[in-house]
Amino acid sequence: MKQTLALAQINTKLGDVEANLKKHLSFAQEAKSAGADLLIFPELSLTGYALQDIASTVAHHPSAHDPIFAPLLEASQELDLVVGFVDEDDRHRFFIAGAYLSKGKVLHVHHKVYLPTYALFDESRFFAWGDRIQAFDTPTFRAGIAICEDFWHASPPYLLWLDGADILIFTSASPGRGLTNEPKLESARWVEHINQAYASLFTSFTVHANRVGFEDGLHFWGGSTVYDPNGELLVKGPYHKEALVTVEIDLDQLHRTRARLPLLRDERTALVQREMMRIIGERRGTQR
Amino acid sequence: MIDLAINAKLAHTILTGFIKSEITRAGFKRAVIGLSGGIDSALSCFLAADALGPENVLAVRMPYKSSSQDSLDHAQLVINTTAVQSLTVPITEIVDPLFERLPDADDMRRGNVMARTRMIILYDQSEAFKGLVVGTGNKTEILLGYSTLYGDSACALNPIGDLYKTQVRQLSRDLGIPDEIVDKAPSADLWAGQTDEDELGFTYKEVDKLLYLLVDERYSPDECIEAGFADEFVHQVIERVRRNHFKRVLPPIAKLTNRTVGYDFLYPRDWGT
Repeated sequence: MKQTLALAQINTKLGDVEANLKKHLSFAQEAKSAGADLLIFPELSLTGYALQDIASTVAHHPSAHDPIFAPLLEASQELDLVVGFVDEDDRHRFFIAGAYLSKGKVLHVHHKVYLPTYALFDESRFFAWGDRIQAFDTPTFRAGIAICEDFWHASPPYLLWLDGADILIFTSASPGRGLTNEPKLESARWVEHINQAYASLFTSFTVHANRVGFEDGLHFWGGSTVYDPNGELLVKGPYHKEALVTVEIDLDQLHRTRARLPLLRDERTALVQREMMRIIGERRGTQR
Repeated sequence: MIDLAINAKLAHTILTGFIKSEITRAGFKRAVIGLSGGIDSALSCFLAADALGPENVLAVRMPYKSSSQDSLDHAQLVINTTAVQSLTVPITEIVDPLFERLPDADDMRRGNVMARTRMIILYDQSEAFKGLVVGTGNKTEILLGYSTLYGDSACALNPIGDLYKTQVRQLSRDLGIPDEIVDKAPSADLWAGQTDEDELGFTYKEVDKLLYLLVDERYSPDECIEAGFADEFVHQVIERVRRNHFKRVLPPIAKLTNRTVGYDFLYPRDWGT
């Protein structure tokens, strides 16, 4: 079965949700015209990234009653959408979130579980940690969402894979860093490496939507990618430029790759669980 | 092996994008740059001209009577090469009356007065030309504090502040900035015969490697010494970086209330844009 994926490699207006919503709707229309079944926006695509104290003032909750989500849910009648936003829960905790919208419904919301708070990052000062990593069913496949630092750690993609995700949806607002003599930034090289590695290790589609543009002195480098279950690059967006990146994927590739390479079949989850319990137990032991 | 080489094409893409983004989102389309005739301001001017179009960049030459003719000529060379707009405002008539009243002022004080006078002219032109002041300080001088606070360090945005002097030289050469500007001895030209490297007591080439290890690679002082740098040099540079940190941060505000600018009132500069 073929599916057309689209990646909205956009720039955003920092803290201006209305302006960003307009861009989302226009990209959705364009992606629909290009025949896309699913359009994926980057991390915090409705708000911008370096929010600091803006965070609590731009939060929305994904429901048909929300003025920002109502039109997005409407647009999801035409094609599925993944959007990035600040989610405020009932207890008024703020999360960096990604929502999967399809046929007017919210199928899944992921709260970022790893909030980088080091070097140029300060996320856990402003946001709460998510505490669930779950795959979910879309009308045509099972997927999982991880947001930026979530997939710098191996465990979230691994858990999503075990939970049945065949398409790993990664979204980022990745600030470029590491200028050397190479034509590519170190941060871009690293992200591309691990995306390709996840596709190969988990024999799954790995889809990465990264944003572009500048916030204060930070710049976001784009270069969104889709890798197939063989770890082959199917498409790559331009660096540093806004773009709608589309690609047709063949879900039957999962069958062909996993018939050849049964890594999923052979994954010993009970062994992993036993060893995890032992390691955690021993660590507890050393802390006493 | 300490390799400070950078990919010029990638640096150019990011830095011109940065200039355009920061200026246009603030509601402007133009830039103002003080052109000394040296390499740093030449590079900022080239980048701004590429980012905004030369017609949207105003290069201002602000010579003092003791400024070298070379400085003026090299600044003119940058103006001619980039085809930016230009203006020359000599500062002699502005600062000399003050110096007459303060005959005891030494070179340091006079140099600071000149740097701050140039800042006043640039910010006046910022309003007159409706452009933002683009900075010309590189990473080496920012770390060493080799600048006049509220003088040459004053700007609305700085495209070259994360490039060491060594990298400024490489990028300038790669972008086609004329050799006579790239190759000459760096100087603040605040008094005749002044050169940065004489005044600092070491070369940029040497200190850039040390700063790279200390700052970018997070080496300890002992690890830098092990890597081959002289003990005294390492500690002299570390002390200089520490002592000048006040130039890199906003002045501290005494905290009294529950929400104070700088501590718990935190917004990005690009707020809402």
